[in-house]
Amino acid sequence: MQQRSVNPVVAAIGWLVMAFLMAPIVIVIGAAVSDTTYLAFPPQGFSLRWFGNVLQQRSFMASFQTSMQVAISATSIALAIGLFAAYGLARFGKTIPAWFGSVFLLPLFVPEIVFGFSLLKTVIVSLELPVTTALIVGHTIICLPYMVRVISASLSSFDFSIEEAAVSLGMHPIKVFLTIVLPNIRSGVIAAVVLAFITSLNDVAVSLFLTGPGVSTLPIEVFTYVEQFFDPSVAAVSVLLMGVTIIVMALVERTLGLGKAVK
Amino acid sequence: MQSNAVSLNDIVAHYGNSQVLHGLNMSVADGELVSLLGSSGCGKTTTLRLLAGFIRPSSGSIALSGRDVTGLPPYRRGIGIVFQNYALFPHLTVAQNVGFGLKQRQVAEPERGKRVAAMLERVGLSSFADRYPSALSGGQRQRVALARALVIDPPLLMLDEPLSNLDAKLRVDMRSEIRELQRANKRTAIYVTHDQEEAFSISDRVAIMDAGRIVQLDAPETLFTRPVNAFVARFVGFENLVPMIVVERDGDRVICEAAGGVRTTLSLAATGPVGDRFVIGARPEGLAIGAPSNSTIPGTIGVRTYLGRTYQYRIDTPAGPLVANGPFSQPLQQGEAVGIGFLADQCCILPMENN
Repeated sequence: MQQRSVNPVVAAIGWLVMAFLMAPIVIVIGAAVSDTTYLAFPPQGFSLRWFGNVLQQRSFMASFQTSMQVAISATSIALAIGLFAAYGLARFGKTIPAWFGSVFLLPLFVPEIVFGFSLLKTVIVSLELPVTTALIVGHTIICLPYMVRVISASLSSFDFSIEEAAVSLGMHPIKVFLTIVLPNIRSGVIAAVVLAFITSLNDVAVSLFLTGPGVSTLPIEVFTYVEQFFDPSVAAVSVLLMGVTIIVMALVERTLGLGKAVK
Repeated sequence: MQSNAVSLNDIVAHYGNSQVLHGLNMSVADGELVSLLGSSGCGKTTTLRLLAGFIRPSSGSIALSGRDVTGLPPYRRGIGIVFQNYALFPHLTVAQNVGFGLKQRQVAEPERGKRVAAMLERVGLSSFADRYPSALSGGQRQRVALARALVIDPPLLMLDEPLSNLDAKLRVDMRSEIRELQRANKRTAIYVTHDQEEAFSISDRVAIMDAGRIVQLDAPETLFTRPVNAFVARFVGFENLVPMIVVERDGDRVICEAAGGVRTTLSLAATGPVGDRFVIGARPEGLAIGAPSNSTIPGTIGVRTYLGRTYQYRIDTPAGPLVANGPFSQPLQQGEAVGIGFLADQCCILPMENN
């Protein structure tokens, strides 16, 4: 490979962007291991006691459990709906009015805080949905646009004559979808699942309205916690949350091959 | 109906609100290769997709080997299809691609592998069995597509513009290869193309399509010499179509009058009695340029084009402009007065059309 000289201004901008992206992570990790009773950066001393504190707090652990439960359910439901919606839009796009595809992107245009509030006022209250169900409903809706968008993108480069070839060779259309279409859009599906999962796991605005007595998601619990305390526990929670995200992505990579997902 | 490999009866088909096939009838005999030839939008691809079962006709029926398949889903028709862009499975190897149809037919392993290997041998790709399609050239992909469609022993093989993505040299090689495979395997085949030369060189019969109908379905030689109407005539190169009326006849010698009152003597037995109207069609090489006489159409030489061995002239006549070829050795000058005669054995006679 030929060595190319990089314009120093471009290089500087590149490094600045890198720093800008890395800084929050470095600061949060630093603050989490600080041996102080308040959030401090650069860390003073080194201690893992705030991690211990987090793991002992029942509210954190319970809300983490809720978060995972909601994220997994919402992602699964959004996948089921989004996959077929994206497939339908791509396959029969010519016979469907153009605006129809945009419907799935609408949740992106409504400010989440407004959406959360309206969902609470209309659906959740009138149907008397339990808190966890309400959270799953809300998160499914905010995950759906990412699901449809990302899967649609990978379907747009999918050659549907491959599907017809498989059918003409004697395979049932449902089996064709599972064994021919899915493997070829796998990368898009994985990317969509990861994106939706993270969106759900980190959501505050919608969850704020949908959480109720005794049931809360982790970000909301953190939000409530920092209103009362200012110790590094929240930083420790954030680090643990990042850890979980990384583990999930690693698992996805292991089982399905994320390398291809971000290709 | 007897054992036609394929028969399409009064097929009407729509895409949305627009009707694309208007009562199409066609039968293909066992072992025959029939091409569907026409410009884009003439309904040839629709016909193919109807046969495959990807779309359903609005009315009419489709039969394969005497069995009505109009309502049969595509995965139960067993037709081998070679797609325009090959449509190979990108996540499967060449051998897996070729074995795909056999696997669906529950052909078990030692047998399946044997048949795949034999077919790859046939198309000359034995050493590529473990490659993925992305590592193949266009011509190789084409062969895999062909092997994949043939290995299932389909009662009907359909090819949708299979050569349109290949370069000119490879196109000619592949088309004789396809023809050879089709003949050797005694396959009935339907071949869709917009390339006249390709269709004529490969087919037993060619169906010329226009606006959702088959205009003429005949052997290439018949199409080339005896088109049934002006559309087919123009399509196969009869550039000069001159409406005539018979004004006098004496056995095989007929005196005809064209527009502008010009008269010419033809030796055509095929024309009718005095008063009969017809259209005579001639290719540029089917006209003779000579000195003006009272048995030829008078004209003046217009634009001259050099075509290698001959010159092509545009000639203005009272009956309208004509295109004729003249020998390279005696170039004619613009404005020269000439007489145009029809070489009867190279001309075609068409019925008068009302439009």
